[in-house]
Amino acid sequence: MALPNKPLGELAAVVDPEVVEHECDVLIVGGGMAACGTAFEIGKWAPEGMKIILCDKASLERSGAVAQGLSAINTYIGENAIEDYVKMVRNDLMGVVREDLIYDLGRHVDESVKLFEEWGLPVWKKNDAGENLDGAKPAPTLREGGAPVRTGKWQIMINGESYKCIVAEPAKKALGEDNIHERVFIVKMLLDKNKENTIAGAVGFSTRENKVHVYKCKTAMVACGGAVNIFRPRSTGEGKGRAWYPVWNAGSTYTMCAQVGATLTMMENRFTPARFKDGYGPVGAWFLLFKAKVQNGLGEFYANTDAVKDELEKFMPYGASAVTPTCLRNHLMINELKEGRGPIYMATDVALNAFLDDQRAAGKDEKAVKKFWKHLESEAWEDFLDMSVGQAGLWAGMNVEPEKVGSEIMPTEPYMLGSHSGCCGIWTSGPEEEWVPSVDGPRSHQYKWGYNRMTTVNGLFTAGDGVGASGHKFSSGSHAEGRICAKQMVKYCRDNADFTPELAQTAQELADEIYAPVKRYHEFVGASTAENVNPNYCKPAGMMMRLMKATDEYGGGVATYYMTSGKLLNICLDLLEMLREDAAKMAAGDLHELMRAWENYHRIWCVETHIRHIEFRKESRYPGFYYRSDYPTCDDENWKAFVNSTYDPKTEEWKCEKVECINIIETDPWI
Amino acid sequence: MPSYVDPSKCDGCKGGDKTACMYICPNDLMVLNVEEMKAYNQEPDACWECYSCVKICPQGAIFVRGYDDFVPMGGQVHPMRSSDSIMWTVKFRNGNMKRFKFPIRTTAEGAANEYPGETGANLDDECLLLESDLPTPSKLA
Repeated sequence: MALPNKPLGELAAVVDPEVVEHECDVLIVGGGMAACGTAFEIGKWAPEGMKIILCDKASLERSGAVAQGLSAINTYIGENAIEDYVKMVRNDLMGVVREDLIYDLGRHVDESVKLFEEWGLPVWKKNDAGENLDGAKPAPTLREGGAPVRTGKWQIMINGESYKCIVAEPAKKALGEDNIHERVFIVKMLLDKNKENTIAGAVGFSTRENKVHVYKCKTAMVACGGAVNIFRPRSTGEGKGRAWYPVWNAGSTYTMCAQVGATLTMMENRFTPARFKDGYGPVGAWFLLFKAKVQNGLGEFYANTDAVKDELEKFMPYGASAVTPTCLRNHLMINELKEGRGPIYMATDVALNAFLDDQRAAGKDEKAVKKFWKHLESEAWEDFLDMSVGQAGLWAGMNVEPEKVGSEIMPTEPYMLGSHSGCCGIWTSGPEEEWVPSVDGPRSHQYKWGYNRMTTVNGLFTAGDGVGASGHKFSSGSHAEGRICAKQMVKYCRDNADFTPELAQTAQELADEIYAPVKRYHEFVGASTAENVNPNYCKPAGMMMRLMKATDEYGGGVATYYMTSGKLLNICLDLLEMLREDAAKMAAGDLHELMRAWENYHRIWCVETHIRHIEFRKESRYPGFYYRSDYPTCDDENWKAFVNSTYDPKTEEWKCEKVECINIIETDPWI
Repeated sequence: MPSYVDPSKCDGCKGGDKTACMYICPNDLMVLNVEEMKAYNQEPDACWECYSCVKICPQGAIFVRGYDDFVPMGGQVHPMRSSDSIMWTVKFRNGNMKRFKFPIRTTAEGAANEYPGETGANLDDECLLLESDLPTPSKLA
């Protein structure tokens, strides 16, 4: 019997939480790879007595996108030229990227990978015979010149089940456990009362006890990942938890920075990965390590046909490169599906048996082939078990043995992120170097303004998924970018030593705002006999469904094969406006639900910027990620430019603008 | 593939102020019911099946059952994680079993250091710790 109404969760929320105030020099918001990089590095630059606090919504040991583990590090420059890394990223993201940020990342990233290995991360190596050794076998380290197992040009294989635990350890030690506030969800950044456009603090709450935490700081970094569950997922029951990107990423990075006036860039970009159907297991190792190919439902390996080459030539110079941009690979797959030639299979059986045939052709006897197979099978399963156990579970439930049968792959629902094969995010300063272009105008047009990775708001930094227009950082690059921020924040504190942050609102006013959903719950819960159905409030779970329905149907989700238009986008914006108004009527009876309420608030804002940007950009820059039926082509002549948007916290108005995209690395040859 | 708790094994982490699974879940799903002294997954459709709770549970009380909206019943994937390796048992719906063991780290737990004693050199250049002579781009546009 459900009556009387009571909160759903175990930790009931009270109307008047305790308010705790903190002061520090540096506040790190987030606990993933970027934040761990910052925590590690900042201890190396901070003067004695500098107070540094890190707030993590979860616990550092298993938070962020690497919580589950990873089977590869996707960015390790090694023997390659950094200029080639820039060219690869530029081409994959259809030309509109910040080459200064990408180059800068490329020159720091390997140091992070070397640190990971020294901290205990097993990195696969090649032995003298060219065979793969797992990362626990004795071999020279990367710093000593050991040869990693390359899959693609930029990727190296690891035994990465404990990747995040290992990276979190030195981060914790560097700051000291007392300065790491776990289970504190920061929900708003705060501007200074006196100094224009300057960060002064943040506010959040504990998901373990009824406490609101108010922080005053001189500088802050926000790195809380990308955005998930913003479009209706293909699985809408239990399986909606099996999001491709971490299901707890709620767009908080973009929303919190945008709300204090930080300029956003390329929010029209999204990532719609093609992954193993339903389980969303990774495909990288299958394509690169195992050389598997995709097959349509007719059994055709369609990727190398003349028809496909003709299609790719519509998107020059991007389509002509040896490695087809991710969005265009999706585009080809979607064409097959739309023509009724689905489903699409990863031909795992063909790929694995080809290895065995090679062994036999090389004269190996069946015993040796069997031994080789054991190793190969183990590598294939580890790829899932390290980072996407659910996919292994799906194979187990379906009796799938990959050497016997291929598995379906499918483009997923859209995600927003800036560190993988996507590049939405915040517009930041590049390094203060001569080769970074100098541009006149406001910061939203410039490429550098004194502090590397600082947003357009004084003292507010970001990294990882937060930094826009420079994708393909992945885990290692996000860590390196966090390290870049660390040094810059120390420098900012030194240069602004006389700045004393002051908040515009009192701590109690802030607490009232944060706990508004709890107050609403208690005020109205008695108005119906069903806790979740009430005329005076809406629950976070319902808000998320309403958001995902609107984006899916009008914003180019899976329902329309990613197709939208100016007409549909404007309907979507109207729906989002009402959604945003109703978000003020969310109710939460327990602390978990309060977290969900604020996550959904962040999601709604974040999606609104996405839809605004797609509406502003009158072309289809990323065919395969989304299409505009009214501007169906990629129009380099008019739109090889950034779209930047800025929300003015005083007037509450948005401004979208086109900003020049400057190439730093040669464009001929393009790749 | 949501996690679930076997009540015959869960001891609520012996009445501590937080259970291991509550401590670790990245999505705040695992909670303790204090009256029963048992933990449970409060929001199975928000479970990423990251296995953090399964791996950390000191009683081995947490398992995963495939998402009921697409995984046929009967299979199971279960780990045993030690300080340097992890052993996975994959049970198929048809009863077949596979086992895999992988290394997870090459140093002792807690040994990853933060380069104590090292400090950066010049706050006004772009070099990070252990870096010097940063490259600048060639092949300019």
